Amino acid sequence: MTTTDNSGDVRLSGISKTYGSFTAVHPLDLTVPQGSFFALLGASGCGKTTTLRMIAGLEEPTGGTVHLGDQDVTRLPPYKRPVNTVFQSYALFPHLDIFENVAFGLRRRGIKGVKKQVDEMLDLVQLGEHARKKPHQLSGGQQQRVAVARALINHPRVLLLDEPLGALDLKLRRQMQLELKRIQTEVGITFVHVTHDQEEAMTMADTVAVMNAGRVEQLGAPADLYENPRTTFVANFLGTSNLIEAEVDAASGDEIVLRAGGGKLSLPSGRCGAPTATGGKVLVGVRPEKISLTHAGDAGAIPAGRNRVTGRIADASFIGVSTQYVVDSPAGTALQVYVQNVDRDTRLVPGAEVVLHWNPAHTFGLDAAQDIQAGVEKVEPQEGVVA
Amino acid sequence: MAAVTEAPPPLAPPAPEKKPPRRRGRWMPYLLLLPGLLWLIVFFALPMVYQASTSVQTGSLEEGYEVTWHFATYWDALSEYWPQFLRSVLYAGAATVLCLLLGYPLAYLIAFRAGRWKHLIMILVIAPFFTSFLIRTLAWKTILADGGPVVGALNALHVLDVTSWLGMTSGDRVLATPLAVVCGLTYNFLPFMILPLYTSLERIDGRLHEAAGDLYARPFTTFRKVTFPLSMPGVVSGTLLTFIPAAGDYVNADLLGSTDTRMIGNVIQSQFLRILDYPTAAALSFILMFAILIMVTLYIRRSGTEDLV
Amino acid sequence: MAFVDWLKRRLVVIAGLFTLAYLLLPNVVVTVFSFNDPKGRFNYEWQKFSADAWTDPCGVADLCGSLSLSLQIALWATLGATALGTAIAFALVRYRFRARGAVNSLIFLPMAMPEVVMAASLLTLFLNMGVQLGFWTILIAHIMFCLSFVVTAVKARVMSMDPRLEQAAQDLYAGPFQTFLRVTLPIAAPGIATGALLAFALSFDDFIITNFNAGSTVTFPMFVWGSAQRGTPVQINVIGTAMFVLAVLFVLTSMVISNRRTKHKA
Repeated sequence: MTTTDNSGDVRLSGISKTYGSFTAVHPLDLTVPQGSFFALLGASGCGKTTTLRMIAGLEEPTGGTVHLGDQDVTRLPPYKRPVNTVFQSYALFPHLDIFENVAFGLRRRGIKGVKKQVDEMLDLVQLGEHARKKPHQLSGGQQQRVAVARALINHPRVLLLDEPLGALDLKLRRQMQLELKRIQTEVGITFVHVTHDQEEAMTMADTVAVMNAGRVEQLGAPADLYENPRTTFVANFLGTSNLIEAEVDAASGDEIVLRAGGGKLSLPSGRCGAPTATGGKVLVGVRPEKISLTHAGDAGAIPAGRNRVTGRIADASFIGVSTQYVVDSPAGTALQVYVQNVDRDTRLVPGAEVVLHWNPAHTFGLDAAQDIQAGVEKVEPQEGVVA
Repeated sequence: MAAVTEAPPPLAPPAPEKKPPRRRGRWMPYLLLLPGLLWLIVFFALPMVYQASTSVQTGSLEEGYEVTWHFATYWDALSEYWPQFLRSVLYAGAATVLCLLLGYPLAYLIAFRAGRWKHLIMILVIAPFFTSFLIRTLAWKTILADGGPVVGALNALHVLDVTSWLGMTSGDRVLATPLAVVCGLTYNFLPFMILPLYTSLERIDGRLHEAAGDLYARPFTTFRKVTFPLSMPGVVSGTLLTFIPAAGDYVNADLLGSTDTRMIGNVIQSQFLRILDYPTAAALSFILMFAILIMVTLYIRRSGTEDLV
Repeated sequence: MAFVDWLKRRLVVIAGLFTLAYLLLPNVVVTVFSFNDPKGRFNYEWQKFSADAWTDPCGVADLCGSLSLSLQIALWATLGATALGTAIAFALVRYRFRARGAVNSLIFLPMAMPEVVMAASLLTLFLNMGVQLGFWTILIAHIMFCLSFVVTAVKARVMSMDPRLEQAAQDLYAGPFQTFLRVTLPIAAPGIATGALLAFALSFDDFIITNFNAGSTVTFPMFVWGSAQRGTPVQINVIGTAMFVLAVLFVLTSMVISNRRTKHKA
């Protein structure tokens, strides 16, 4: 496979889907380059599965086109598209054994002598000795591997994965994440992966598109999304963020100075996605693990040039590798702080006066016109709901 | 009836059938079973014994009957009435095939394509049960009347030429021919085909169809390789529920047929209720029962090993 | 070409609707001919419109008597078969006991037996016992053949029920009787209702078994059978049509009610 080969590109141009008056996917432009591992991340109902199904041909778009490489496949039925899907909870044929499940696609395309290929494929997913079993005789993890094998054996230009690990328990999920990543690297096929699990998306994908209410909120490498979210939704949905309402005091060169709760905060202007007219509102964000916590008595020892917020510890939970603090301050209530369990300061108990401080380079600024709570997970997203 | 039109219960997650929990009070299950089972033993099983005994009795109504182990009755009955037996199997078989051909599309329609009309269609399939089937069967006399529009259309389409070549009709008539009887049987037992088919189709996970399409199966191939095999339990129980009652039926042959279309049910009925030759009637009834049990067993075994796996 | 494609895509729908039409055609004929004014004794040919039969549905001797008898028998048979069948279903699903296989086959066999065989053998029993044929023999026969259907319907429902629900009830201080009354029975109710309705329909519409074991008693199907030989009064069609309409209305109302209930809950 050469670098100029683009037959595995997936190009969505202005693709949209409406059901009656409900818009599942707003017109969307997206290019997934050949050979990449691409994740569509979002809560259930955000349109990610609909987008995937439009690529697969299982759903006809209301508008826009789907291209695979240079080929327009928008109107092609699924059985004519060089695309295969690993379905949510697998959809293995219960009346066929593992071998026949894997051979299904080859047989449909009239390929003779499938035995060698199927055996090789089953070996790749380490299920060689289970060839003659029925799907219900296998464990969840094994069924998942059959589903992957059944799709991959057809050498699709793009492999679509719809919540492929949703039905597995946590430990197995971690293991399969690495396994899928390994397979993707080995076969070099474009993977498009739909998930509501942000850790899963970040672990596996090269590029993640965060979707919300039928739109892509932000697209980028996992680390970029995490470090520099552009919307409150992304900031809250990907991990946890402390968002503080602040007012622009002065903007000069590459630094913006903001006022919040009586103190001043510095924000690199390159990390601010909001208008910065003096007196305007900005949401200042910082991740809980970027913050250091110092007892008020030692405030003098904090190096200069760091953003500071004073407050009082409201709650502390010790979880082994770290301690998670909740701090109330004039700048904002219920700020989250994660402190690595290196040297525990025994004075840091609920009620203690503390100073939160962090490197200004870890601060990001968001448009204050947004819902500050967007993307905050209230309940575990339900699995099995078609998104 | 509302419950009938509901989706059938999903496959039970744990199978309590295999290991019901042990409960205190060991007499409890027997107490629950006793009245119903007693009823079945006295009024279903015991009558079979009586019938078996009657079939080997000789005598007459006036002098009374006596068990003489006269097995010749079976031989006599079979040699005299084999055409009616054969006819029963042929008519019931034809009706079963027709029911499957007619019933499958409708069951498929209800299960996958009817959308919000699903419940209404389901009700329309079941509701005719409440109009006595005899009245509905009599209506076929009107529908298939000589010179009527249906017969006219069949004639114009040369369907009657084909059926009369098959010996199902003669001339321009449909009424009082085997075709009318098969048509009536098909009509009467069609819901018994549709309901189990629908139940098993409904249980098929819709994503399996999508998966097949995704794996290069065209719609018809998807049907042949995925949908139909997965609906086999419904096909098997539907064909049984159609064939068994059709083979023993005498109402359609009586109302829509002629003396040339008499089925074994008609013979049993007239032996029992008119001629009052009880041993012959009992023997015929036993032969019918065994014939059906053997056919059903073979059929289940065949479909069990070849199609269900 | 476009038309062929259109046809191909809708082939299943067209074939299915054809079957539906085949199923409903006789009901249409029955309804239309309930407004007929036939010449002669048989109501097979259309003459002219008349609503006479609708204004006087009981105008034929014995017709309404047979109808009421059939309804009574169906009611009692439903009660009997539902009570006995529900008990068996619970025993089968919820308890372990010996001879489960034998019990299962005893329940399956009546459904796999041509009616004429059951009818004939039951008649042999009654004749041998010297039992007077009539209301009671019909009722006995109906309970017998409805029983298995009730067991099947209730069993399906109880089997799909999570046994942990009952354990949860017991954990929440419900005794065995309370558990049964407040948890098991309400959940099994749809299955029991299905079984009961099935029993009612089967009993009301039964002809073959009744015909063997009725003696000189005449149920509604037997009245229809007799009239098919002697002459079919229009009133038969009136009653057939009314039963059909009532059944559809009954189901629609119960569906609307249950829909509303589930909407309230949601």
